[in-house]
Amino acid sequence: MTLPTTATAIAAAVRAGEVSAREVVDAHLAAIEAGDASINAFNLVLADEARAAAAAVDAKVAAGEDPGPLAGVPVALKDNLCTRGVPTTCSSRILDGWRPPYDATVVERLAGAGAVAVGKTNLDEFAMGSSTENSAFGPTRNPRDPERVPGGSSGGSAAAVAAGFAPVSLGSDTGGSIRQPAALCGVIGVKPTYGLVSRYGLVAFASSLDQIGPFSTTVADSALLLEAVAGHDPLDSTSIDAPAPSLVDVLDRGVDGLRVGLVSELMGEGIAPDVAGRVRQAADALAAAGAEIGEVSVPAASYGLSAYYLIAPAEASSNLARYDGVRYGLRVDAPTTAEMNAATRTAGFGAEVKRRIMLGTYALSAGYYDAYYGKALKVRTLIVRDFEAAYERFDLLLSPTSPTTAFRFGEKVDDPLAMYLNDVCTIPTNLAGHPAMSVPFGAGADGMPVGVQLLAPALGEATMFRAAAALEAAAPPLEEAWS
Amino acid sequence: MTAVGNLTHEPVEGDRFTITSEGTGDTWEIVVGLEVHCELATATKLFCGCPNHFGAEPNTNVCPVCLGLPGSLPVLNQNVVELAMRLGRALHCTVEPSVFARKNYFYPDMPKDYQVSQYDQPINVDGWLDLPDGTRVGIERAHIEEDTGKNTHAGGSGRIHGADYSLVDYNRAGVPLVEIVGRPHIRHPEQAKAYIDELRAILLATGASDAKMEEGSLRVDANVSVRRVGDATLGTRCEIKNLNSLRSLGRAIEYEARRQVDLLESGERVHQETRHWDEAAGRTRPGRSKEEAEDYRYFQEPDLVPLEPSAEWVAAVDAALPVLPAERRARLAEAAGVDPTETAVVVAVQRDLDSLALAAIGAGGDGRRVLTHVEHNLAVEGAESLDPAHFAQLVTMEVAGQLTATQAKAVLTDMVATGKAPDAIAAERGFEAMDTSQLEGIIDGIIAESPQEWAEFCGGDDKRRGKLQGFFVGKVMKATKGQADGKAVNAVLEARRAAAG
Ligand SMILES: [Zn+2]
Repeated sequence: MTLPTTATAIAAAVRAGEVSAREVVDAHLAAIEAGDASINAFNLVLADEARAAAAAVDAKVAAGEDPGPLAGVPVALKDNLCTRGVPTTCSSRILDGWRPPYDATVVERLAGAGAVAVGKTNLDEFAMGSSTENSAFGPTRNPRDPERVPGGSSGGSAAAVAAGFAPVSLGSDTGGSIRQPAALCGVIGVKPTYGLVSRYGLVAFASSLDQIGPFSTTVADSALLLEAVAGHDPLDSTSIDAPAPSLVDVLDRGVDGLRVGLVSELMGEGIAPDVAGRVRQAADALAAAGAEIGEVSVPAASYGLSAYYLIAPAEASSNLARYDGVRYGLRVDAPTTAEMNAATRTAGFGAEVKRRIMLGTYALSAGYYDAYYGKALKVRTLIVRDFEAAYERFDLLLSPTSPTTAFRFGEKVDDPLAMYLNDVCTIPTNLAGHPAMSVPFGAGADGMPVGVQLLAPALGEATMFRAAAALEAAAPPLEEAWS
Repeated sequence: MTAVGNLTHEPVEGDRFTITSEGTGDTWEIVVGLEVHCELATATKLFCGCPNHFGAEPNTNVCPVCLGLPGSLPVLNQNVVELAMRLGRALHCTVEPSVFARKNYFYPDMPKDYQVSQYDQPINVDGWLDLPDGTRVGIERAHIEEDTGKNTHAGGSGRIHGADYSLVDYNRAGVPLVEIVGRPHIRHPEQAKAYIDELRAILLATGASDAKMEEGSLRVDANVSVRRVGDATLGTRCEIKNLNSLRSLGRAIEYEARRQVDLLESGERVHQETRHWDEAAGRTRPGRSKEEAEDYRYFQEPDLVPLEPSAEWVAAVDAALPVLPAERRARLAEAAGVDPTETAVVVAVQRDLDSLALAAIGAGGDGRRVLTHVEHNLAVEGAESLDPAHFAQLVTMEVAGQLTATQAKAVLTDMVATGKAPDAIAAERGFEAMDTSQLEGIIDGIIAESPQEWAEFCGGDDKRRGKLQGFFVGKVMKATKGQADGKAVNAVLEARRAAAG
């Protein structure tokens, strides 16, 4: 028989004993072997570990035990998720040689659900970037067009799913790092409510914004994966003390009567016309499925980008201070400790990471704090307020995920501001702590995928997934260029 | 920084330590505020489950969290909150909703290169501590923070500059601390020492800390400034670090105050700076100046949520608070009918003998005499298990003149050693009650033996009489083998002199 390709189908077949986890994993390892040389989605492929884990799943099935809801499902892990004994690099030289002595909570939960980790995926160094060009280990290519970027920072995880190297993967989203590459690669990408998924073992970029979430080719697979990793974790103080939401069971409930607001600030200037066109088409599809569509203004969203590029670098400047050459990772020796710190950090960090450390250090400095970091926090409060007002009138909001489709290598990497504008649609939800997801909806004029973004209030994942399933059902073929 | 309000109590004027200038004749006073870091006596560290105890092999009490490994996250130890609140309430602070912040600076003993500490919203604010001398010292805040590891510089000079290599032990990293920031209400080096003594007693009484200065679980920094007596504004202060004992604390404050007075008198100014106490040299040396001070770039710790202890929790902490030293002194002083600042009262509480004293007074013992014995005669092991009824009985015998002060002390010592009743010990020792007529008989005999001296005693000047008084008392003591009561002897001599005159 042909092997199933979605996580949902794989898990069902493995649990039923129809296919072995080993066959599934071998097939995906073979695909990686054949295709990743040109894509560079993976920093590290865990072939032996994956085969051993698959064998353990098969042994459970043979013994009549249930290996769990993700039985035999290959998963790719963004390389900023800690894996016990396995190098975790954040695509940075500074972590050279470091092997975490522990698994991230999500890694542990995936293994407990029967999933099989097949490798660690490439990212912009420390998740800072929107194209995966900032990796110390070379860029990842977009499987839909190798001349184009996959987006970022979770470009490796998005590309791995788009290329069929794994049916699902995990990424992290601080300002759009799951949703934007999902849109650019034509897959589903979900940023859950802040605190829904434990951050324990996620190497921090900006702690108050970072969230782990799934990539998949189907809405159902993202629901399945998110259910498996979500839920309270006593190791993360910001984890929400509530059970994981039921998502898979609500996907067929439709959108009849749901009120969906099109965010006017994210539909005008700076948004490519073909992308905006696809979003309007998606709104029409939801209307056809029974939703009520309206326009809504979220005024403070316009300031999201500015606030984000103060708050995220400020937190990063502190989070990345620990890479000082004293305890682990790279060390460049020098006569004094301070000189050793400086030499190590100079050699270990790439340009974008240094840029953000400097931005953040400046924003927090005495005499500048109030004007920069302090003001950004106030904007953040305003954004939350504006979203709350919007959600009084609407159950969900709709916008583009990214202003454009995938761009070409080198197009923006030397222009940080142009690169930062990629995140203009995704950043406000991180600042608010709300969930949002990107769903592929046809292609742009260039034939590259377009993602539309669904936004929901805190813990509104179930409603968001219902609408995503409706969009998935109505979506034009990915290859269909906009005209 | 959040305003925490002003104390309504101005510090009571205690003994001021003043420096009078030889040149100008101006009189200067010392103004001291103390910052105390103390390790909380929890079983585990502030943000992880590692054991919190002193003296383990280096880097054995560590885990991903207290080593600050990438991806690790802190989880607040609720026992730290409990102990911090206990201390705060014992210092009459208000418990406020608080948040943690990151204090950012690079140092190898700090695993994350930032310290998690409460900054502008501390848990305990605006309390006070009453010193035994009656001075009320304001407490600005008492907040929670994490300790750092410890560097050892090996080879070379043993100091960081010139060391061949450095070793870091992270066992102490993440150990919970409370920093108690006192207001500048201290005016004397001895008051500073008394403040630390009192604070230590409170830390021990509340179980918040073992408060061992020598093991570093209690560390003191002193902010010292001087001003002319009568000036209302505070002078520029220096922060003195490296104070490893109460003796160092007192010496350093005095040295630093004199240094500042010398500077100001010679027309120079005091630079705000951190100075280190050099115990061997007996002086402070400059450290970092304020201009060079690091910018710590404080911001709210995003990995922790705000801390808001419920009113019920605070009430439970209050209900479980032990009786604190100041209140113990007040109770004892009231029972004994003396002032709470009396040394005997302070000593009784310091030695944990106040409940014994209270019980003895309750059993009918004279308060003043009970306190005298506690202060002077009970600095011995086992004193606390003395039977209060026996103690009261002893004091009563003494008041009735059945025992002299010297005899009473001897009997008390035996009581502590044997647990026997005072009358039994007095009988064994042959301490006979000597009635007044017996004593008068002996004295009359001695007067008759020494007519010359007696005449001079009656008619001579004060100086001569003083000398001869010693002569007669000595003779009486010899005749009674020291069992006569000195006061009674004097009284009889005085009565006979008056009769003769
Ligand atoms: Zn630990």
